[in-house]
Order: sequence, then C-alpha cells, then structure tokens
Amino acid sequence: MESVLSSPKAVADALRSVDYLPDDRIAQVAYLAQTLGKPVLVEGPAGVGKTELAKALAKITGRRLIRLQCYEGLDESRALYEWNYKKQLLRIQADQDHDWTEIEGDIFSEDFLLARPLLEAIRSTEPVVLLVDEIDRVEMETEALLLEVLSDFQVSIPELGTVTASTRPMVILTSNNTRELSEALKRRCLFLHVAYPTPEREAEILRARVPGLAEHLAKEIARVARSIRDMDLKKAPSVSETIDWAMTLLALGIDHIDRDVIADTVHVLLKYQNDIERAMKELSD
Amino acid sequence: MLGLLSAFVEELRQVGVPVSMVESIDAMNAVQHIDLGDRTALKETLRATLVKNARHESAFDTAFEVFFATRRPDLPATTDSRDSEPAPGDQAMQGSGGGGMDLDELIEALYEAMRSQDFSALRSAARQAVDDLAGIEPGRPVGGTYYLYRTLRQLDVDALTERLIEAMLGEEGELDELNRRLVTEEAGLRIERLREEIKEEIRRRLVEDRGHEAVARTLRQPLVEEIDLMHATRTDLHNLEQVIEPLTRKLAARLAQRRRMAARGRLDFRKTMRTSLATGGVPIEPKFRHVRPHRPELFLLCDISGSMATFARFTLQFTYAMGTQFSKLRAFVFVDAVDEVTDHLKPGIDFRDALLRITTEADVVWLDGHSDYGHALEQFSARYGREITPRSTVIIAGDARNNYRDARERYLAEIADNCQSLYWLNPEPKAYWDSGDSVMSRYARFCDEVFEVRNLRQLETFVERVATQPRRAVRRRRYSSTDPASVPMFRP
Repeated sequence: MESVLSSPKAVADALRSVDYLPDDRIAQVAYLAQTLGKPVLVEGPAGVGKTELAKALAKITGRRLIRLQCYEGLDESRALYEWNYKKQLLRIQADQDHDWTEIEGDIFSEDFLLARPLLEAIRSTEPVVLLVDEIDRVEMETEALLLEVLSDFQVSIPELGTVTASTRPMVILTSNNTRELSEALKRRCLFLHVAYPTPEREAEILRARVPGLAEHLAKEIARVARSIRDMDLKKAPSVSETIDWAMTLLALGIDHIDRDVIADTVHVLLKYQNDIERAMKELSD
Repeated sequence: MLGLLSAFVEELRQVGVPVSMVESIDAMNAVQHIDLGDRTALKETLRATLVKNARHESAFDTAFEVFFATRRPDLPATTDSRDSEPAPGDQAMQGSGGGGMDLDELIEALYEAMRSQDFSALRSAARQAVDDLAGIEPGRPVGGTYYLYRTLRQLDVDALTERLIEAMLGEEGELDELNRRLVTEEAGLRIERLREEIKEEIRRRLVEDRGHEAVARTLRQPLVEEIDLMHATRTDLHNLEQVIEPLTRKLAARLAQRRRMAARGRLDFRKTMRTSLATGGVPIEPKFRHVRPHRPELFLLCDISGSMATFARFTLQFTYAMGTQFSKLRAFVFVDAVDEVTDHLKPGIDFRDALLRITTEADVVWLDGHSDYGHALEQFSARYGREITPRSTVIIAGDARNNYRDARERYLAEIADNCQSLYWLNPEPKAYWDSGDSVMSRYARFCDEVFEVRNLRQLETFVERVATQPRRAVRRRRYSSTDPASVPMFRP
C-alpha cells in the first residue's frame, strides 16, 4: 500500500481515485510528507478540503485515521491520556482487604488508562494518520505539549514508563488561521496553503461530488462562485458551500443560472445578511 | 545548487520572509528527493519548507521567478542548468531558431492561445512577443515596466480583449446579462494571465542581463503591514483593507489570551465542589472565579483633512474592529471644526459605507477647510469636555500641522487634566515634527506619550498598548493650574 506514494503524480492519481481532486501543490506536499516523514500544516479558509485531505490520504495509504479535534481549553487530559479516577476509586473501595502495594500495581495499569488520540497514535502497532484539526483554536500550553509529542513521538507516563512509537504516524495539522501559531511549531512542519480552487478545478470537484450534475451547469456554478469570492464579503463561499449549492440546484431541477435563480438560492452560498445584500447589489450592476 | 539555494534563502530574508536555519536545512534535504528538472516540483518543495505564512507567498513567488528562471531551449546550457523541458508548443514556435512571425501572426497566435487556454502556447507566444517587440538591449539602465509598456502597446491589448470577449460570448450561445458579465470577467482574467507571462519573460531576460541580485532588489515590495499609510496608492489601500480584518482578529486573540493569563480571581466554592464529585467528593482541583477585565473608555479624535484622510480612516477602522476591547468608544473627526461620528460607526455596519457618509455629512468645515487644531480643540473641550472622566483615554490622530494658526494649547491642557491618559498619533516621521507649520511639541507637553504611527504594524502595537494599559489610581498634576500647592492627589 505504501508504494502508492512513490511520486507526486502517483499521489495525485491515487487521491483522484478516492474523489479528492488535488492540484500540483497538494500532491507535491503530500509526497514530501511521506518521503521526509515531516508533519504537514495545512492552512486555509474554512471548507476548502483541509480535513478532507487527511481523510483521503488515510484512505489511499490504507492507514487508520486518528482524529484529535482541537478546541479552546483542550488540555493534556483530553489530548494525551487520563487516568480513570472513578474506576480507580471504585477499585480501591471494592478491595478493602489487600494492602496498598498490591492495589497500586493494579490501579495504575492499562485497564485504568484512558488513552486519548495522541497516545493512541503513538501506541498503535499499525501505521496511522494523525489528524490534528483546527490547531489554531488551542492554547499555548497544549501547543507546547503537541510540539513535544511531534518532535520525538514518545510520551512518558510516570506510572507506566516511556511509550515510544514503533511506526511514525503521518501527521496533518489544519488551521483556519484565526491566530498566529508558534514559530517552533511552524518550523517543524511543511507548510501547505490551500486556497479556493480555480473555476476549472472547482467544476471538476463539483462533477465528482455531485453525481448527475451537468457539465455546463458545473461550469456556470464555478464561474459564479469565483465572481462572488472576488467581492469584498465577510465570509466568501467555501467549496463545501458550492457543493451544497450544486446539490440544491440539482434537486430543484434548475438547468441554467440567471439572476433570479441566484436571488432564490444565494442563502446556501452566503450565510451573512450583509454579504447577501452586497452580492446581489454587485451582481445587478 | 547549494550556493544558489543559499543565495535564494538570503534573498527571501531580505524581502522580509523569515527563514530559519533549520528550515533552510530542511529545504536542502527535501530537494534531494525530487526531480530537479521539474520546475513545479522544485517550486512547491521550496515553498513548503521555506514559507510558513500565507502572506509571504507573493514575495516568495517573485524571488523564485528571479532565481530559478527557465533557460531558453535555443540558448547554450550552463553546467548547473535548471532547465525545464521545452514546452511542446515551443518547438512549433521556434521553427528555425529565429522569430519567423510578423506582428499580425503573433497577435493571432496570442489570441488563439488565450481562447483555447493553451498555456504552453501562450508562454511561447509571449516569449516571441518580448523578443520582437520589447526592444531589450543588454546593458541599458531601464526598468522592466518600460519594456512591458512597449510590448503591450504594440500588441494593442484593448483590441485583443474585445476580440476575446466576443469569441467567448459567442461560444456560449444566448446569454443573459449575468452570464455575459461573468464571461467578461473571465476574459479579463485571461488577459491578466497574458500580462503576467510577458512580465515574467521580461524579468527573465533582465536577470540574464544583469544577474539575480540586481533584479531581485528592484522587485522587492514591502509587506502590507509596513506600507506607509500617508502615501498609500490605490492598490495599497485595497491590500490594506484585506489585511486589517485578520490583523485585528489576531490582536483580539492575543489580548484575550493575556487576560486569561492574568491574575485569578477568588476561589469559586460552588464550582470546586461540583468538580470534586468526579473524584468522590474529595476536592482535588480548586476552581477560581474569572477576573473581570478592565476595559478603557476611548475618545478618538481624528484629523480628516486632505493628506490625513487615509490615516484617519485606518485608525478608525482598526479601533472599531477592536471595539470589544473598550467599554465605550466615541469617535470624532475634525478639520477646523469638530463633529461626532460615533453613530455612523455602530457595530455591524459596513465600514466603507460609513466612511463615505462621514466624509460627506460630517460638519467639520468652519471657515475655509484648512486644518485648525486650535479651534477644533476649543470646540471639543467646550462641547464634550464634560463627558471626559478619569476613566477616559483620549487619542488624537493628526500631524499637528496648524496652518500657522493659534495653537490654543490650553484646551488640550484642559482635556489632559480631565482624562486618565492622553495619547497622540502622528503619521509623519519624527524628523518632520515641528517643521513648517507643525506644532507637535507644543501639544506634546500635555500628552502622556506621542507615537509615530506610519504603518499598520505600528498602529497595531499602539492599539495593543492602549487596550492593556493598567488603570491608574493616582492623578497626575493639573496642567491648567498655576499653583502647584493646589494639585489634588485624587479626583473626587
């Protein structure tokens, strides 16, 4: 399965076969990530396929996908590991007769360890893809923890010892760029900025994701999407929103886009009232 | 290759793309795994290892085009060539090794390439165009823009655009207005592409003529945050607008983080007991209340005369974007009279519309529309002075150029007495303060601090400072009082 990533072109073909249409840049960086064994930091606006890329890579390499969804307030106990206090307390209470050393050996064992995604990725005996989603939402301390794990791929749990990874996971970090990530983290990773696709590529994506979509309609949709993205809006339509729009048009049996069609269905593309008003105004000029 | 890569990394650093030593080593390792003949692979590999911020990408692109320019197939190859394979269109174009087309044929070839979106043919045709039309002579001290202008003028780009639009509309059949407009936009983008190809070819020729470093130096552009606000061009303004939103978002995130790191509040008993349920009623982890952050009240006074308009606009925009950091934000504009514009700038409005209304409706001209700081300060103090409290921070944004009129500093002194802090933002370089009709130092006496704010980065630093200033308990001395003995310690 690993031979799939023998060259950037092979990567591109493999990704296409699972319905993820990459451009040159994505294919090249995916290839480098495998060859160099470095993590990839994928940055870009929401909905352009960052998380999808990780899923697609997992599919084509046959690796299991382990996902760590980041949020503000994510800490070590939710990211790395946690002892199951309640179970430990119950165990102690249930077993009043034995002395402490026996119980200690028991409650600090595998059964009482809750392995969170990072530890799971390290301990896994088979190769995995580790997806750290929306890392820009995480606080400094957790970022530091992540850095530590990513550099050595080993964790020390005081009671159990050091756990080292037997296979190197392929790590993908995604960011929506809401804050600056630390320099140390960026230095460790390969950088991939995913922008909105060109109309040609977007039309291709639409045809792959929305079966039954006519070619000319896909082209029209991509063209309108590009035009709207050039406008100065609070939130430009993402690729997932264009796909939704294509599905809507298909479901409504619409074959051709004109201003009325847009006026009726623009709420699928744009989610802010100000944006909708401005877009309609500019399209009418 | 190593030498070229080092020079490239150096150039990136010069342009403001921070490349660390570790990253450059990564780059050198990475290029060993790729096919060096594949230009795209090389570009993307270098980009992935050296550029870690999307804002630096255009600087990287420019530098890459200069350092790793493609060799022409018919020129003799050098020992460390980084050729890409000659594009298939090339062979057809080159023919016997000299341009064999006249101007009409060339224009036809360009038109065809754009219509069919054949990029390799477009590139060869662009090369031909530069060969024939730009008139590049080695050793001439002339910039690339001149050659670009010459080439485009002879190609009659406007006529080409018309033709292309016609053809693209024709291809689509009957179109309604919306689609006509979209197709026209797309044609415009293809013409842009042609321009870019020609520009790139000219750049390549210049590099051959003058060497990497010389050309790279002329192409360097400052980062958007460092563009001088007073001298921003229209394109600069557009770029600045794009950057303001992410900048303010990141600043807000930084400030929020700082508040969280700040001192904890008192023990929150209820939360602690609730958390202890997970550990069998034993409180292992204490929980604390949140400290309520101190948010200053802001009075923002902006000079919007002539040259100061752009600066005022960005100051207003930036401050409003950070609106949540301040408990009260009131904005005023002036030229020789003052008008309050707080209502124009309520949250949720479209900033550009608001600015337009401010410039047309604000009542800021009293006598002749030339700056009169003295009168403006007098009016401000008279009308709004009462509303300035010891919790207020007053910020004045202007160049203090008073047209040799009466400075009337005592009104500024009154304002300074009543408020907690008074800051002045001056977009002129420090060396120009007090030159000509600038009365900066006369006003500076009463200010807590005067800042030189010429670009977005300095504006960002200032706003961060204001948003995090601690509350001052002790009043400083009264400026307008002449008797030092009557200076009170606290205001009641």
